[in-house]
Amino acid sequence: MNKVDKPNPVRKPGRRRKIVLRPMAAIVPATNIAGRSLMLVISIMSFLACLTLGAVIMIQDTANSWQSEISREVTIQIKPDEGVDLQAALLSARDIALSFEGTTDATIVDPEATARLLEPWLGEGLDMDELPVPRLVIITIEEDNPPDFGAMREALVKAVPNVHLDDHRTWVDRLVAMASTTVVIGLCILALVFTATVLTVVFATRGALSGNHHIVEVLHFVGAEASFVASHFQKHFFLIGLKGALAGGLAAAVTFAFAGIWASNSLATPESDQATALFGGFAMGAGGYVGALAIVVIVAVLTAMTTRITVLHTIIEIDMIRSDPTRSI
Amino acid sequence: MIDFDNVGLRYGMGPEVLRDVTFDIPKRSFQFLTGPSGAGKTSLMRLMFMSLQPTRGFVRVFGRDITTIPQRELPTLRRRVGIVFQDFRLLDHLTTYENVALPLRVRGKEETSYRTDVIELLQWVGLGDRMNVLPPILSGGEKQRAAIARALIDQPEILLADEPTGNVDAPLARRLLRLFLELNKLGTAVIIATHDLSLMDQIDARRMILSGGRLEIYE
Ligand SMILES: Nc1ncnc2c1ncn2[C@@H]1O[C@H](COP(=O)(O)OP(=O)(O)O)[C@@H](O)[C@H]1O
Ligand SMILES: [Mg+2]
Repeated sequence: MNKVDKPNPVRKPGRRRKIVLRPMAAIVPATNIAGRSLMLVISIMSFLACLTLGAVIMIQDTANSWQSEISREVTIQIKPDEGVDLQAALLSARDIALSFEGTTDATIVDPEATARLLEPWLGEGLDMDELPVPRLVIITIEEDNPPDFGAMREALVKAVPNVHLDDHRTWVDRLVAMASTTVVIGLCILALVFTATVLTVVFATRGALSGNHHIVEVLHFVGAEASFVASHFQKHFFLIGLKGALAGGLAAAVTFAFAGIWASNSLATPESDQATALFGGFAMGAGGYVGALAIVVIVAVLTAMTTRITVLHTIIEIDMIRSDPTRSI
Repeated sequence: MIDFDNVGLRYGMGPEVLRDVTFDIPKRSFQFLTGPSGAGKTSLMRLMFMSLQPTRGFVRVFGRDITTIPQRELPTLRRRVGIVFQDFRLLDHLTTYENVALPLRVRGKEETSYRTDVIELLQWVGLGDRMNVLPPILSGGEKQRAAIARALIDQPEILLADEPTGNVDAPLARRLLRLFLELNKLGTAVIIATHDLSLMDQIDARRMILSGGRLEIYE
């Protein structure tokens, strides 16, 4: 379809050399885009995002396990006092509790077990009789059909001296509220990290566009659509974003794994026992790794999309300035 | 194809570069646009290429008022116009072949579909041996020919050439002029901006002369 297809003065018959061409070079060369620092920023951002997400997942899981474990049990506490037959009081409290519908079991914590519970705080070889330590009855309840705690409390107070029914409600409520606050804060941090990433990419893209202004202009003059130009920049930035995000995500995964190993190695000590009881262990479940992968994908796609929108926007802006003689320089 | 009606142009708060310019470019026509340096030839070219808006008057290209064409339709219209810049505007990181193929590439065509066309055109403008060379290594005349080849490769309906012989010697200038005439015979309207009188004297063509911001036309 060559209209300028006429006797060709240069091509002489019999002198047909094989023409060797290099593979088409990229329209926007990768070397024209200063991607190194952007990649570093993106990897740091992804690392932070993954860590935040991991923390959010961990706290959420822990809060859930507190909620279900604690709400499976309530305790009756009886304080020793002058003239109180502790053993009788414990027995009657147990019977009262068991008489309610929704309780499945009631166990009196014997003095040895009570001593063991206090061991981390008070040390070994404790003589329970010398201390006014309250005694406990642990009641297991049906989670989906809990007994009427109000009525139980009333019945206990009537029958047993110095009694206190602890359904852990305030404790659980407070812990859960704290956990949810932490989760919300984590999600806010995540949103901030994403915003910062988008802004960084906007600046980087604008920088790349002004550094490659001559290319954009020529493409424009040979009839390229803005989306064609954008796709060429987008390609580079998607790769930069993907590499950076992968590096950050991997670093976060390694951090999770190490933290998990460290936590399980130091699990033998009583201190970490308590930490585990409270924080549910440091092991990042599959959820954490899936989340990290999701963040990698989100960051890469976000980078590419930001680039595209920025390029399209900038090209239209350049076009308008260029075609307006009152703004020409 | 191009229609100017009382067009005025001023940059910023400067003086009017063009004043009451009225003319039209018929289909398949051939004309020179001339005038001293600074007369506004390049500005007029940019108006015709829809990359500049007039301050007054109407510019219609392919029957469309350029002030009302939506942004997204401009590329499609510009593809029907080939343009050769005074300063070539070749991309230094692409070879001569790649530069000339660029308009086809941005139209989304496969390289195999235009490869021979590009090679033939390059041979025709005498760059058959310079296909794999990057522009910084080309001489002024070679860059000029590469820029012309790039404007021609997609057979535009209108060719706008800004000082296309400014960097070449007389024999090559004559050859380029013959190339433009040939192209014109095949149906492309050609507008050559030049201040080279000897070039214009070689053929009897319409002359549009810019001076003092006004345009006079000698058929
Ligand atoms: N982008 C611009 N901004 C401001 N003034 C300009 C611009 N382009 C051209 N001019 C002015 O407009 C006048 C015409 O310029 P130009 O169209 O380049 O003339 P020519 O191509 O005939 O030499 C000159 O005085 C020049 O200084
Ligand atoms: Mg000029």
